[in-house]
Amino acid sequence: MSKFLVRRLLITIPILIGVSIILFFLMNIAPGGPEAVLMGDDISPEAAIRIRTNLGLDQPLPIRYWRWLTSLLQGDLGNSFRSGEPVISMLRTRLPNTIILTFSAFMISLIVAIPIGVLSAVKQYSLTDKITTVISFLGISFPSFWLGIVLILIFAFQLRLFPASGMATYGREGDILNRLHHLVLPSITLGAIRMATFMRFTRSGMLEVLNLDYIRTARAKGLNERSVVFKHAFRNALISITTVVGLTLPALIGGAVLTETIFAWPGLGRMAVNAVFQRDYPVIMGVNMVVAVVTVMANLGVDVIYTFIDPQITYN
Amino acid sequence: MSVSKNSSQLLNTWKRFKKNTMAVAGGVVVIAVIVVAIFAPYIATHPYSSQNLTNRLAPPSSQHYFGTDGYGRDVFSRVVWGSRVSLQIGFGAAGMALVIGIILGSIAGFYGGWVDNLIMRFTDVIMSIPALFLALTIISLFGASLVNTMIVIGIIYWTRTCRIVRGEFLSLRNQEFAEAARTIGAGDFRIILRHLMPNAMAPIIVQGTLFMAQVILIESGLSFLGLGAQPPIPSWGNMLTEGYKFLAVAWWIATFPGLAIFVMVLFFNLLGDGLRDALDPKQKLA
Repeated sequence: MSKFLVRRLLITIPILIGVSIILFFLMNIAPGGPEAVLMGDDISPEAAIRIRTNLGLDQPLPIRYWRWLTSLLQGDLGNSFRSGEPVISMLRTRLPNTIILTFSAFMISLIVAIPIGVLSAVKQYSLTDKITTVISFLGISFPSFWLGIVLILIFAFQLRLFPASGMATYGREGDILNRLHHLVLPSITLGAIRMATFMRFTRSGMLEVLNLDYIRTARAKGLNERSVVFKHAFRNALISITTVVGLTLPALIGGAVLTETIFAWPGLGRMAVNAVFQRDYPVIMGVNMVVAVVTVMANLGVDVIYTFIDPQITYN
Repeated sequence: MSVSKNSSQLLNTWKRFKKNTMAVAGGVVVIAVIVVAIFAPYIATHPYSSQNLTNRLAPPSSQHYFGTDGYGRDVFSRVVWGSRVSLQIGFGAAGMALVIGIILGSIAGFYGGWVDNLIMRFTDVIMSIPALFLALTIISLFGASLVNTMIVIGIIYWTRTCRIVRGEFLSLRNQEFAEAARTIGAGDFRIILRHLMPNAMAPIIVQGTLFMAQVILIESGLSFLGLGAQPPIPSWGNMLTEGYKFLAVAWWIATFPGLAIFVMVLFFNLLGDGLRDALDPKQKLA
């Protein structure tokens, strides 16, 4: 088990190095280069040379990459072109906000989707099953940011039940209830499409398992239905559910870009969008790097969870 | 003889497809939207960028079916014209992603070994940067425009196709008919194109259709952020940005383009699901 963990951890290293090479390469094929961004288009040639030397841009590409990578490993992601603030400290304040949002969206989608998916598989072809199938199909086609807009329209503007933007009311940041109140609409918006996906997969995963021989055996032995469904079927269906959850994690994190923009949520997504408009390359690179690390780690987590839920998988 | 066998296979597929009412509905709606996009100038009741500042934010009426926006532009006409952007980017980006994915996937699956390893690890790397963040990055470098959005989506989203095609090729390349072709001296290129590809077509077609739905969602998201088609070109995404600004006073500006995206994505999904059931009955819900 611990051997597997170490090996699995080691695989993530080349992937992250690959990510850093791609990002670095992208930033260096930017038309005009950083000096054009820093000084505007009508920069004098002398000033351009001075900036290039200051930023170390006169060095060959591999040397610049190596420098960038080593300082990255020491936690130095450079400074924002616009505010001069270290990128790492900008990330440190924004990352927890994005994690709060994506994690609660994730939990909401699982808590709603799994019981409904199981129920609709157990009662296949019932009215409940048909309604669930239709709703989950509509759900995967619903643009999440439009859902956010519709929710704001109904619950913030018409019914005035929830706030339309921000993480907390100004001056009441310490109030946990106030924060939860602000979290409701954004996390539903971000979680809804996953909810639909998870529902579909829970249902199909359960159906597949429920038709297997060992379930018939369990029933024939006279086990009650509850223990057949939950102890025998669900544990095995969990494996395929976990796979889907792992596959959709990057999309969940990516979805934060739109949700944060709609709800003025001060997270990484909104920071990235602002940086794109300002062509603030160090910030964009920093956000991408952090998001990639989070994604790779989350996938690692899913792989570890596999070993707990699937008695058949042992890693040697 | 091979022709008659092929046509009977097609006929069977068509029969299976026809039985699926929702899939047929998907096909009909998709064709209808394509027709709307082609005849947009005749269907739109107003020019898409003609402003009328004395008639701003007018609610839906017989004059303006979907009301007017913040510049007094007719929302209905803009939704109609917006279908062009969605379909252009949809077909363009999906086509590009499919071509890249098919080329890389077939090479990886056919040759195996270190080539396969290299390509698949590259795929892993691309997949570990959440796509929307990567799209933002590339757009920040080259600027936002309709064509750039198409290219960006194409060069980010080929990974799934690549994996699917690779999987198909891995299982196909050692089957007897491929061996036979190799024995009579067919080159790699010929085997890939003439012998393996036709057998991998079903999942590719299904993937392409479902991918159209994805692309329309992604494009509208990017346009909503201001990183897709640029105003005054109307796209459903940038109309939503406009609607978002006036959400508190004019619900119709955001509602109708959003509905258009939803309907379009829904019916592409239905069509894709139906095609999967018809073309590839062994494949389960994925």
